[in-house]
Amino acid sequence: MKLKLTQLKNTLLDPRFINYTIIVTIFLTMFLLIQTNAVNRYIYNLLIMVLIMIVMSTSLNIATGFLGELVLGHAGFMGIGAYTAAILGIALRPYIATDLLLFGASATGAMILAGIAGLLVGTPALRLRGDYLGIMTLGFGEIVRNLITNLSSITNGAQGLSGIPRIMTFSIAFWTTVMIVTIIFLFMNSRHGRAILSIREDEIASESVGINITRYKLLAFVLASMFAGIGGAMFAFKDGFLAPNSFNFLKSVEIFVIVVLGGMGSLSGSIISSIVLVFLPEYLRDFNQYRYLLYSSVLIIIMLYRPQGLMGTKEFDFTKIKAKLTTLVTTIKKRLKKGRE
Amino acid sequence: MELFIRQLINGLNTGSIYALVAIGYTMVYGIIKLINFAHGEIMMFGAYFAFLLAFTLSFNLPFLLVIVLSMSFAAILGVLIERVAYKKLRQAPRISALITAIGMSLFLQHLAQLIFGSTPYVMKPLIDTTPVVLFNFAIPKLTLLTIGLSILFMLLLSFFVLKTKPGKAMRAVSQDKEAAILMGINVDNVISMTFAIGSALGALGGIFYAMTYSQIYPTMGVLPGLKAFIAAVFGGIGSIGGAMLGGYLIGIIETMTKAYISSKWVDVIVFGLLIVILLFKPSGILGKNTKEKV
Repeated sequence: MKLKLTQLKNTLLDPRFINYTIIVTIFLTMFLLIQTNAVNRYIYNLLIMVLIMIVMSTSLNIATGFLGELVLGHAGFMGIGAYTAAILGIALRPYIATDLLLFGASATGAMILAGIAGLLVGTPALRLRGDYLGIMTLGFGEIVRNLITNLSSITNGAQGLSGIPRIMTFSIAFWTTVMIVTIIFLFMNSRHGRAILSIREDEIASESVGINITRYKLLAFVLASMFAGIGGAMFAFKDGFLAPNSFNFLKSVEIFVIVVLGGMGSLSGSIISSIVLVFLPEYLRDFNQYRYLLYSSVLIIIMLYRPQGLMGTKEFDFTKIKAKLTTLVTTIKKRLKKGRE
Repeated sequence: MELFIRQLINGLNTGSIYALVAIGYTMVYGIIKLINFAHGEIMMFGAYFAFLLAFTLSFNLPFLLVIVLSMSFAAILGVLIERVAYKKLRQAPRISALITAIGMSLFLQHLAQLIFGSTPYVMKPLIDTTPVVLFNFAIPKLTLLTIGLSILFMLLLSFFVLKTKPGKAMRAVSQDKEAAILMGINVDNVISMTFAIGSALGALGGIFYAMTYSQIYPTMGVLPGLKAFIAAVFGGIGSIGGAMLGGYLIGIIETMTKAYISSKWVDVIVFGLLIVILLFKPSGILGKNTKEKV
């Protein structure tokens, strides 16, 4: 009997168990709120937008945060993913009745195509470093936007693509996001992820301990573009309408700001700043014309006074809250004791 | 043949503008190794300054005074940006400075949108546009003035950089900052001076750009800014002569694409060109190869 109790206690305190419980709890709370109509259509859409931005920023974080390369064309990969998914979705709608399957099939297509684009750009681009790579990805993003506008027979050009099935529900978006963030988190903590981190810290040193730099850089870059493709697919099925201008340079910068604000190299930082930067401007409605003024000032101020971002490279961990709280309590107790003496 | 020469003149016109803007990029990069993304916005503000000076004052200023005054305002703006945003980051990792520059660019764009609104202002040419006939070709006076004034200012700049003492200090700082300090050069002042000159020339480019396309709007600096940057990379970033050469080449390539291929594909071709240059000769036409040291 006693053995069973300790076993139960161990499972309950297992970090993985705690994390799963928290994710499920968040989902159930949100789901209940949506089911009981406590959340209106407008906030519902915003929630999905937050999830899309989380996918976009965590994926950019692989290339910018963990690998440490400047990528200014992430919206280009998103655009490729969005248009691929939209075209696939329209074509497959008569054959696949289930929303989830339809999304799965289109998102897979989007992921593959965005990944191929990432491979094509990354192979030559990763020879360059720093600002040159940034400029090159910027050029790539602009080329993608122009191609989408000009290839009007496929994408309907500047008028935009409409009639995409609107199948993006909160549940699909939520679990897709959870899956992607989990994959990125596990990957970054694997030996491959550590190799990528070591490249960020010191390229020459990691080369000399036998890490294949080109391969790992390319791996990180392609992973980032694949997940950006899925983010694009989520975006395509949200509104049922796509225009090439949704994927301009400003969008890339917006994603970039989220990563920088959250902390380059911190997934939880990206998640937190996605939530803040999507909700904050919407809640300051009268403030809306200052939105980008705010974005840009935040960017400059953060670079001047806290270049590592909100979280730095640290991760927010529910399982460590208890330990942190106990240390906090003991220090307060000690202080109080000192005060009495 | 006639079409070709006409397009060549148009190309020289656009090329002059790109060259003027590209000089700003290349000078700043040469001295503090920063891609000043806000340069396109300085160009935009230069155009707004000229518009305000020319059309909102109750008296008419002469054309040259308008140009010189807007260039000086833009120079002040450039120095201000450097002092506020970039100075603190000189020792920081380059990625931080670059992100700040992007932030600055967005900030200025939306500041302009807040001040002037997003509807374009119509910029009337500040000089009469009657065509001048040269070798059987009718060329608008504006085009001649754009090309002529651009070349004049570039010559002045070359003289300044190569023959005067402050120019020498500038070259010294770009070669080796620490050694320049030891030689008694005030590096802060030299950097500010670089920003001032670059911004003034950028503003001149902006004024000509606005007059050529007769519109001013807050995001007008983005695309020509990017193209001027491509020109700077094309010519070899850090080299002033390279920026001029690159500017004219990009301008000519662009107008030729418009005339002979399609105006829809101009941006794709120019950005594609950028990628090709970066892949095969990142140091550009006139740039020096730099080896990386371990």
